[in-house]
Amino acid sequence: MSSPETQPMGGTPYAVVVGLEVHVQLKTNTKLFCRCPTTFGQPPNTQTCPVCLGLPGSLPVMNRHAFELSMKTALALNCTIPYFTKWDRKNYFYPDLPKGYQTSQFDLPMSEHGHLNIFSENDEFADKQIRILRAHLEEDAGKSMHDEAAGVADSRIDLNRTGTPLLEIVSEPDMRSAAEAKAYLQELRLILLYLGVSDCNMQEGSLRCDANVNLHIDTPAGTIATPIVEIKNMNSFRAVQRGIEFEVGRQYTLWQKDKQVLGDMPKQTRGWDEGAQVTRAQREKEESSDYRYFPCPDLVPVVVTDEEIQAMQQQIGTLPASLRKQLLDDHQLTAHTSAVIVNQGLGFADYFLALATAIDDSRLAGNWMQGEVLRILNEQEQTIQQFKLSAAELGELLKFIQSGDLDNSKAKDVFAVMIESGQSAADVMAELGIEKVDSSQLEELCQRLVDNNPKIVADVQSGNPKAVGALIGQARKENSNVDPGQVRQICLALIEKL
Amino acid sequence: MSIISKSATQQREMLRTGELTSVELTTAYLEQIKSRESAVKAFVHLDEQQALDAAQQIDTRRAAGEPLGDLAGIPVAVKDNLCSEGVPTTCASKILSGFIPPYDATVVAKLKTADAILIGRTNMDEFAMGSSTENSSIQVTSNPWNLQCIPGGSSGGSAACIAAGFAPLALGSDTGGSIRQPAALCGIVGLKPSYGRVSRYGLVAFASSLDQIGPMTGNVEDAALLLQVLAGHDSHDSTSADVTVDGYVENVTQPLSGLTLGVVDEHYGDGLEAEIKSSVEEAIRVYESLGATIKHIEMPHASYGIATYYIIAPCEASSNLARFDGAHYGHRADPSTSDQTSTSEDALTRMYRSSRAAGFGDEVKRRIMLGTYALSEGYYDAFYLKALKVRRLIRQDYDNAFKDVDLLIGPVTACSAFKQGEKTADPMAMYMEDLFTVTANLAGVAGISIPCGLTDAGLPIGVQLQSAPFQEDKLLRAAYMFQHATDWHQRRPEF
Repeated sequence: MSSPETQPMGGTPYAVVVGLEVHVQLKTNTKLFCRCPTTFGQPPNTQTCPVCLGLPGSLPVMNRHAFELSMKTALALNCTIPYFTKWDRKNYFYPDLPKGYQTSQFDLPMSEHGHLNIFSENDEFADKQIRILRAHLEEDAGKSMHDEAAGVADSRIDLNRTGTPLLEIVSEPDMRSAAEAKAYLQELRLILLYLGVSDCNMQEGSLRCDANVNLHIDTPAGTIATPIVEIKNMNSFRAVQRGIEFEVGRQYTLWQKDKQVLGDMPKQTRGWDEGAQVTRAQREKEESSDYRYFPCPDLVPVVVTDEEIQAMQQQIGTLPASLRKQLLDDHQLTAHTSAVIVNQGLGFADYFLALATAIDDSRLAGNWMQGEVLRILNEQEQTIQQFKLSAAELGELLKFIQSGDLDNSKAKDVFAVMIESGQSAADVMAELGIEKVDSSQLEELCQRLVDNNPKIVADVQSGNPKAVGALIGQARKENSNVDPGQVRQICLALIEKL
Repeated sequence: MSIISKSATQQREMLRTGELTSVELTTAYLEQIKSRESAVKAFVHLDEQQALDAAQQIDTRRAAGEPLGDLAGIPVAVKDNLCSEGVPTTCASKILSGFIPPYDATVVAKLKTADAILIGRTNMDEFAMGSSTENSSIQVTSNPWNLQCIPGGSSGGSAACIAAGFAPLALGSDTGGSIRQPAALCGIVGLKPSYGRVSRYGLVAFASSLDQIGPMTGNVEDAALLLQVLAGHDSHDSTSADVTVDGYVENVTQPLSGLTLGVVDEHYGDGLEAEIKSSVEEAIRVYESLGATIKHIEMPHASYGIATYYIIAPCEASSNLARFDGAHYGHRADPSTSDQTSTSEDALTRMYRSSRAAGFGDEVKRRIMLGTYALSEGYYDAFYLKALKVRRLIRQDYDNAFKDVDLLIGPVTACSAFKQGEKTADPMAMYMEDLFTVTANLAGVAGISIPCGLTDAGLPIGVQLQSAPFQEDKLLRAAYMFQHATDWHQRRPEF
């Protein structure tokens, strides 16, 4: 373990140590060991068969696609893929686990020893690498719904989710703050979205995160570690951050009272209570944690070849980190703009790249993507794939800005109509009567305004340049196509010459 | 000569030529069942009307000249641990009372495709755990050769069914000897195929890495006929092997020349009944007279078979049987009447505990406890992992043996059918019933039991042949050679 960095709080220095276990539902059409669909939100117990119901006599058969998606993910996380991996049974009783065991991977996971890099947009922490211990494939359990109102214990089980492929990605305890943990989870989610292997919806449970948290506290007798607590039920990035922050405070306060250190008690599981913003001790599932793992005799081990690994490596495609670098280095975008674009996902980034190429101006393209395009997508709750304009169509509009035919504010008006009607930029401009005012015409108009408004001119001359605004207003009334910036510039120049 | 004393192979031919109808054949078996079943108790569920309806349909289709499957119109009895859609499947356990599978086991589907008549479900030791069928929660099955004796187990219902003339063909399952041992004790033919030869999909699992489904029949040709229908790769069972299925039916009557049989000297130690020993030695002489060469071979790890088996099988069983928890199907204890003395347990744990306590019999509980213990933290390496290592050594013994010989020959059991109740109080004595059969399951090789004699008390004796994996063709042909030279397979009990 790396030496704890100290972080003074409440008079005693300590380091926060966090490791995350992330469960990702893989985006396969069918379940891991049967051919039932994995569609979310269907009526309870309608997406089941003898296999995922765990009926007597049924047998699992591995979904190769799920394994391929896992391999792709593991490779993108810089993991090594062993040539041989097997399935193990994790035995425990629970009503949402109809076989009485979960088919998982114990001592020979399908991937191990990877890493991902995290960074802070607002310099909360220095860039760092978080090691990944392992990523293994397993089946999801069903859902229990408990209604214990009025003393009548009424539990219902929905087994639609049972058998959905889950990739469990386990980090090393390399994070030193809640902010780092949140950044790790966000970067991991982004990678998964870029790979297209999961929907990563924390509310729907397709991305779930448990955090193992404890403190390394400096004492006169040396550094001690507090007992590790696993926090569950954190259903948003914010919850992950808050949950860890709460747990840090709770553990420190508790340690000051009871001086308990790692090993004094078994690992505790606490649930995050979103309403109360606290972690609470959870009732333990089966008192012991002896899952009696053993190799599943119903499934054959999986053998992976170099060719398969290489083929999968080819399918990884663009990842957020390399894209970020491309936007900063090749496109000279600001860190903020590039982050906004990358965080919107691969489709958005691809759109940006197409737009920047079409108009040969990354800055202009970046500003429009970050501004108008994103605003419309958010307003209309659309993805970039649903966006009405192609990069080429939007490029046509931006070219009118580049040529001076449109100022930025007029361009936004045209853009709004384009979104509304689906017309091309040129058509909208014709319809709105927008055309470029030629410079002699503009010059003439400005001269006339200066001549006809001595009072305003005097105002400007007496040291109030803002007064020129009135002239701009008159100019726009006469010809809506004039560029207000140009009118201001010309009028001020004429007045100065007087 | 009654039609039911003919082989399924002969009946098939008679059905084909129109000499016999399926309704006549099915009725003949149902009549035999009606007159004798109360003494034998081989069936836990009889599908009389459905069987007759199905037979009628086959006859109609045959009359119309429609193409029919390989077992068209022939009754088949099915062990009660094979799922059949819409038919109660209990594994002779209370915990599965009321369970009706919504799907067919692959072998059941294959029987249906072959147009077989599914006549009923046969009794067994609960969850196939036992060697006498006394561990059935439903009834005790008698051996038709002596109604005071057990028929062997766990496929005792199927074995008794064939011996009593209740059906010409039956399915059994064999995890440590459960096809071969009752076949020997009931004087019939029982074949445990190589692991992976027959799909396990729909077989309620006892020990997944050992279980195999196989034919139990009155003679070797019928075993070939039934195996031909059952064998083959199944996409629903990833442990089923994608290995070519030989033409068993076509080849079975072809003798093998230059056959070398291996005799394992360790099999002739203490405990082997003298009558069995001499019958098996006589069988070996028959093979010699047919031109076979006999070689003595060593299986140095065979003596660890029982110990290894009774670690691995219970470990897998403890996990396989976890699903019977009262939550989803089968027996659930009534929470209001169940034992509530423990105050520390919640309602869910109480439901689990009381449902399983009432639903499982003693032997099943014993094995669940054995397996749970052996897989527990701190014991896993010493028991389960060690057992896996020994299992590999046993497989190596077989691999080495089959470099020198075509087949192994030896006893199936150390003694003939024993009296009901004789060994129920002594689990270890019962476990020793598997002594000569378990190693085939541990190694995944094929084994067949064929009748080779009768004791002075008139109880059947079997001889076992074993082959390398996927050599069932060779196994059946060698078995047929013996059958052709003897008449033990024609002996039927008078009861």
